[in-house]
Amino acid sequence: MRRNLVALLGTVSGLVLLFSYHTSLDSSVPTAVATGPATPGNASGGDTSGSSSGSSGSSSGARTYTGEVADTRWGPVQVQVTVQDGKITAAQPTQVPNENFRDQEINSYAVPILNQEAVQAQSAQIDAVSGATVTSDGYIQSLQSAIDQAHL
Amino acid sequence: MSDRRGGNERRARVDHVMGMPVSIHVRGPAARTDPDVDAALARAVALLHDVEAVFSTYRPDSAVSRIRRGELSLAGAPADVREVARLCEQARDRTEGWFDGWLPDGPRGPRLFEPTGLVKGWAVERACRQLSGALPSHDVLVDAGGDIALACRRPDTPPWTVGVEDPRDRTRLLATVELRAGGVATSGTAARGAHVLDPRGGGPGGEGLLSVTVVGPNLVDADIDATAAFARGIGCEAWLETRPDIVALVVPENGDPRTVRGRLRAPASPSLR
Repeated sequence: MRRNLVALLGTVSGLVLLFSYHTSLDSSVPTAVATGPATPGNASGGDTSGSSSGSSGSSSGARTYTGEVADTRWGPVQVQVTVQDGKITAAQPTQVPNENFRDQEINSYAVPILNQEAVQAQSAQIDAVSGATVTSDGYIQSLQSAIDQAHL
Repeated sequence: MSDRRGGNERRARVDHVMGMPVSIHVRGPAARTDPDVDAALARAVALLHDVEAVFSTYRPDSAVSRIRRGELSLAGAPADVREVARLCEQARDRTEGWFDGWLPDGPRGPRLFEPTGLVKGWAVERACRQLSGALPSHDVLVDAGGDIALACRRPDTPPWTVGVEDPRDRTRLLATVELRAGGVATSGTAARGAHVLDPRGGGPGGEGLLSVTVVGPNLVDADIDATAAFARGIGCEAWLETRPDIVALVVPENGDPRTVRGRLRAPASPSLR
């Protein structure tokens, strides 16, 4: 059943935001790297019943690059990006300051990671779903319900 | 279920509060068996129930219902109500009226205190902070009907991964967002029909849009921004670009979803409340 809820990503242009920190504290400036529009990933035309076209293990052509550790006022920050077919498909911090809750809060926008690549998003890979308000009635059939079930 | 998060146990709890399913996830040492985790989860849920008792417009005995009937003044209301009213005023100002906690009661009715649109995010944010504060070795996430507050206390765990639902097909996800702290809120028509009103006239808002999702440093502001942007309708991107420290995903009725980057504020002044 959960397989049926497999959500193929697609149609979103892939804008991956990368932050680069200059060494000077005063000039820590974010840079956004636009990676061009992603190819629509829903060639199957809305058919969500099929199993995911499994390329989860397919790393052919994908390369990851890890940036240098940059010292920020909150601590060291390091970002790793994955590039496939000339496009950045993922960006994630490998090192972020974590000293306390306040730092964590800062992290949320100091190192934004908006992955919109067309990876398969099965419930097993997602922790929560944001959408227009789900009612208690609508919950049972929601992807969030499937996620919760796996961890209850 | 074995945990894929570096050996940390993962625990979920689902309750129905404020008319919504609320899913709370905790990951960390012994999350499934530690009685402290149980107790912290119970307190977080109790907090939400307490908020509902004070703010529900469906309960005639709630403070907000009494305010709406004119039986209680804001000045005489509990501190939490006064705080929420203050946040509503701030939200109205900074959204130029597109978010309003005083909505017309019927097409030509008087404006009555209706903070529900803000209270949900406020309550979930509070529950998340309380939970995170009580569990310093754990990461926590609270998803209330699609609006999410989360925090990671551990330095050695991956971020939480939040999927953004496709309003055109709710079994699909449009995007994923990885986040270690902050909030993710979506406003749209998919779940309940047109529930976002243009607060200025009381008519339906969201013209030309299916949904707006906002990712930001805290759920309260993300939720307000998502609601206000959606109410503005098509072309809301220009306003979203002025919002500090957010990333938004705007899904129009026609055309491709668009990512909008907010203004980056000097990081020295995070919006902590």
